[in-house]
Order: sequence, then structure tokens, then C-alpha cells
Amino acid sequence: MDSDKKKINRRTFLKGAASVAIAGSATATIGCKGKGLLNSSEAFALEFQEYFKKHYRLMTKSERTKTVTRLEKLAKLKQDSIINIETTEPGQNVLYGYAFNVTRCEGFMECVQACVKENNLDRRSNTQYIRIFEMENGQMSPDQGDGKYFHMVPNEGHFYMGVQCFQCDNPPCVKACPTKATWQEPDGIVVIDYDWCIGCRYCMAACPYWGRRFNWNQPEVPKEELNKKQHYLSNRKRVRGMMEKCTFCIQRSRKGKLTACAEACPTGARVFGNLLDPDSEIRFVLENKKVYRLKEDLGTDPKFWYFID
Amino acid sequence: MNTKQSQKGFFTFARKAVAWNLSGSIGYQLFLGILMFFMFVGVYGYIIQFKTGLAATNMSNIVSWGFYISNFTFLVGVAAAAIMLILPAYIFNDKDLHKVVIIGEGVAVGAIVMCLLFVFVDLGRPLQFWHLIPVIGQLNFPNSILAWDIIVLNGYLALNALVPAYILYCHFNFKEPKGKYYKPFVFLSIGWAVAIHMVTAFLYQGLPARPFWNNPLLGPRFLASAFAAGPALISLVLHIINSATDYKIDNKIFNKLRIIIVSAAIINLIMLFSEIFKEFYFPTHHSQSAIYLFFGLEGHNSLVPWIWTAISLNVIGTFILAINPFKKTPIFLLPALVLLITGIWIEKGIGLIVPGLVPSPMGEIIDYAPSNIELMITCGVISVGIFMVTMLIKPALIIEKKYEERHLKS
Repeated sequence: MDSDKKKINRRTFLKGAASVAIAGSATATIGCKGKGLLNSSEAFALEFQEYFKKHYRLMTKSERTKTVTRLEKLAKLKQDSIINIETTEPGQNVLYGYAFNVTRCEGFMECVQACVKENNLDRRSNTQYIRIFEMENGQMSPDQGDGKYFHMVPNEGHFYMGVQCFQCDNPPCVKACPTKATWQEPDGIVVIDYDWCIGCRYCMAACPYWGRRFNWNQPEVPKEELNKKQHYLSNRKRVRGMMEKCTFCIQRSRKGKLTACAEACPTGARVFGNLLDPDSEIRFVLENKKVYRLKEDLGTDPKFWYFID
Repeated sequence: MNTKQSQKGFFTFARKAVAWNLSGSIGYQLFLGILMFFMFVGVYGYIIQFKTGLAATNMSNIVSWGFYISNFTFLVGVAAAAIMLILPAYIFNDKDLHKVVIIGEGVAVGAIVMCLLFVFVDLGRPLQFWHLIPVIGQLNFPNSILAWDIIVLNGYLALNALVPAYILYCHFNFKEPKGKYYKPFVFLSIGWAVAIHMVTAFLYQGLPARPFWNNPLLGPRFLASAFAAGPALISLVLHIINSATDYKIDNKIFNKLRIIIVSAAIINLIMLFSEIFKEFYFPTHHSQSAIYLFFGLEGHNSLVPWIWTAISLNVIGTFILAINPFKKTPIFLLPALVLLITGIWIEKGIGLIVPGLVPSPMGEIIDYAPSNIELMITCGVISVGIFMVTMLIKPALIIEKKYEERHLKS
């Protein structure tokens, strides 16, 4: 009852606000035929409505469609690019997991580049979700390794470890967020509603794996490199002041595809799949290989395992 | 008492308060002018930060909290410390401290306003702050400690603003304030003061990802350092009032405050020693942050001079305040207060926040120092705080003085 009332109130308010904004912009454009101004006032009206929208999880189906339409229109108006934002729901009986073959990885970092392209990561500050650490034989934890190596690989006497968001089953970041802007989806992926995030960075302090990235400046992606297949919770446009993170490429994985990093890996070190599917490769790895996880003592229960051939 | 005729409304009260605040000597006007100037500097800095994003600061994905949150942490302590005056004044009916409790409350309000501003300027998307407000937004209560902190800080602000406002309003009308109206809130505010600082400590303490913070001593140590630095700051404000206005403060009050400060500062030093012992008697992998703070790691030692300065200042300040040299003419007490405040400000500010984040969970070590924009905004926020404290205390003292004179006559 109460929430219904609230919904109607909000909707009528939004409608009113939008019509005021549109009326205002219309008056502003009278006597000025410049297309740019017309566009920008339309964009302003759209952004105005975006500002008042709800948390993604509280939106009804039609509200989600509306915000997606607005975001697509805004991309057309502002960047002149035609994008497609999906809101694909998690599948039934799906829980994603990841395994990393420490023996096979040779440190080429193809995964890093694939991830940057797939997820429209900021080129200006060179944001990367994946980090590859070069480890000396005998080391075990990436904090002892070298995450900034720049030489021919593979390097004799060394091995490589990839680190990204581990999609913990007991995620400290989700607990920390003061606005519930980040949560765990039923398929195990920890996602962020970018538009709901206020940028306090408490989740970043709470993450024991350094899995989160902040947009310190206005992120930039060259128009020709933009990945136009987007998901609301993953690789759509971010602005400065928002937190972001690896989402196991929701836009791909929820359609049954591999994540971009797993697909790009030239050595086959990366295994991604459904933990609930007994025939999946990830299940084979977990059942037949010696696997281990980082910082097990913290009880975060990562869904990301390392294994040795 | 002749209440009916002299009953003056809330409007007159507010108008008078503004009038008293604006009038004053040339020195006072100059002081306000300087504060205004720094506020504009802060606003200018904030406009730049708002346009470029937090990239205008020196924070990064590794040191993701910096100077703002450091100052915030220190100032929560200052705000909480008002209970060291409120408790004896209202509960034990200490006549001396009753005379200055209003000043303590004014300082607390100013400190809380600064705290809230520091959190606000640290937000990546300040325009979206309404997402925190329950009903129209979503507050992750009780899971997120930050949500708790927002509630306790705002609640404390309300308590510390409303109780003195009620008492002053009564005194303004030359009436005795009714205990049943404000005493319950005084009791509440005492518990609440402990809560604001414990919750702020839990903000850090509750993160297993950061071994330097994930330490059960953090909360109690926050309280001890707060009850040293807070009353020290209040005593400093009292010294200023004593020398700049005709509101005279008895030496007994300074002595009482000195005892509070010394006890708390000694407990703080014992806890600091306990922490240092734990980190260095048998250094583990989790001691990296402490090593970074006290000695530097892999050539990164920007915090080393700061923390040693802080510890020296703490020890010297506490020592001077404890032995109180030249008892008849205590010329060293004022500098000792400044030393102690500065020491705790460094130790609990940048000396606590930055090493919690370095080395990063992936073992990376970097240096951090605030950028010019961060310094400008910090100046702005602090001058807003000082301005607030002045605006609250000035009319309060005038009202109190008038009330006292009237009392003495009758």
C-alpha cells in the first residue's frame, strides 16, 4: 500500500518535473534554431529525470525499460553513438565461479587488454580490473609479487598470478556500502548500481583483494573503441565519482558466453563456468585439481580458485 | 520572577543573536573577515574539485581516503569530548564547569559541522547524497557502519544544538530552565558522545581487510585521545575568551580541565605503547603498515617525520601538563596544550588513515601528501567550523552574563 502510494507520488512528481523541464527547454530554444542547443536541452531533460530515478533493485520492469531508453537516448545525443543496454536477469540454477591455472599463465596480459575493451574501462587513467603479478618460484601470495613488470615473458624462474574481483560469497564490500548501491546477484556476481553510488569509497577500504576501482576523473573511452553491447550493471557509461568493478562480464556471461578475459587467454589458464552444472569445466577443475584461494582466513569465501597442473 | 511581562519571543532571540554576532570591535570584524576569506578559498577549491572530480586530490586507488577523512576522524573526537564538561556540569552539578559548559557545547557543534562537511567534500558524487536519506533513499542500516555513523553524528548535532538553545532561550528571558525538559536529553547526549566516537572507530575497526585498523584497541584509544585533545581545544578556546572578552574564566576551571586532559593523555600514551609493542615485539606480515608508518618501507617514508613529531609532541605536552611547572605563572601550559592537540591531530589523523591503506592488499606501497586543492578545502571547512563556534558562543556569553548579573542583583 504504502510503497504503491510512494510510487505514484514519485511518478507524478517525475512527470511534472519532466514537463516543466521540457517546457522550460522549449522556451529556451524559441528563436534559436541551433540544433546543438535543442539537443542539449533535451539531454538536460533526460538527465533531470535520471537524477531522480530509483535504485535499480526497486525499479519495476517498465521503470527499467524507461531508464534504459533514456540512457540510450543520452548516448545518442551526447556521444552520437547507438548503444544497446540490456537488463538480462540472472538465470535459474546458475552460480558463476572462476579458476586460474597458475602453471599455465605466462603473463602475456591479453586478458587485461580484452577486459579493458569489453568493459569500456577508462583509458585516461588506464583503469584495469585485472592485475597480473609476476612471482618468483616459492612465493605464494601476490602481495609479494611484482605487479608492474615490463619485459619479455615468460621469465625464467617465475610464474604468474592473475587477480581481479573474486566475487566473494560473503562480500565485505556489500556489507560496508551505506546506500545498498552494491549487492550480490542470485548468480553470485557482486554488482554496483552506478547511478546509486555516492562515491564514499568505504567498499574500497573494506575489500581485502583490492578488487574495486574508483573513477577519480571523468572516464573517457574513444568513440570508435566503445563496446556498444552493454548491460545496466556492467559496462555501461560511468562518470566521475562512481565506484566500479569486475562483473564477470555480465553482458556476456548471462548469455552463456565466456568472460572476455577467459576467452582472450592464449594459454588456457582461465576457466569460467557455472558451479551448479556438474558437467562444467570449472566443476572438473574443483573436483580433480589441487585448488586454493587467497586469504581464506578472512572468511570472505571467494568464488575464484587458483590451481596447479 | 516577573516572567509574563518580559517574555520575549523566539524571533527576538534569533534577531538579537545575529545582531550581537555582527557587532564587535575592529579586531573582531577583522577576525570574521579572515574567516570569510578562508571560506571563499575553500569554496573556490571545492568548485575545482567538483569539476575535475576527486582527481584534484592526491588520493588514488591505493590511498583512497586521505586528508579529509583524517581530519574528520580527529574532529569526531573533539566533538565527543564535550561530555567531559557536560557530565560534571549537569550530572554532578559542578558549579565551575557549569559556567563553561555552554562553550564546550558550542565547540562540539562546530566540530560536528566540520565532520559532516569533511565527509561531504570527500564524496565522489555529492549531488547524490540524498540516496542516504531513509524513505527517499536507502540507508544500509544496520549493516553498514557508515550508516550508523551518519545517524549518530546527525543525532549528536541535534542534541548539542537543541539543549543549549533551550537553556539559552530560558536565560534570555531570565527564567530558570526546567530540568525535566532538558535533563533527559543531557543524559542521552552523554551516551551519544561515546557512541559517536566508538562508531567512528568501528568504521575502521570493522574491516578485516586492513590489519592496521582491525584492532580491538582502536575504539578505546579513540576515546582516550579524544578526551585529551577535545578538552585541550576547549581550554584553548577558554583562554582566548578569557583574554579577548570581558567574560572572565576562573583559574580553577583551567586546573580542572588540565587534570582531565592529563589523565586521558596518559591513558592514550599507554595504549599507544601497547600498540607499538604488539607491532614490533614480533613483527608479522600484518605489521607492514606500522613499519611503513614508523620507519618507512622500500624507500617510501613520507609519514615517518610526521609520526615521530606527533609522538614527541604528545609526550612533551603530556609531561608539561602533568608536572605544571611554575605553578604561579603557568606560561608553559598554553604551548603544551597546542603541542598536545597537534600531536593527537597528526597521530589520529593522517597517521592513522594513510597507513591503514598502505601497503595495499596487493602489497603496493606509495606515498601520500594532500594536494593544494585538499589543503584549500580543508582550510575552508575549518574556517566554517571556527565561524560556527564564534557565532554560537558570542551571543551565548552575552546572554549568560546578563542572566548572571540579574541573578546577583536579586
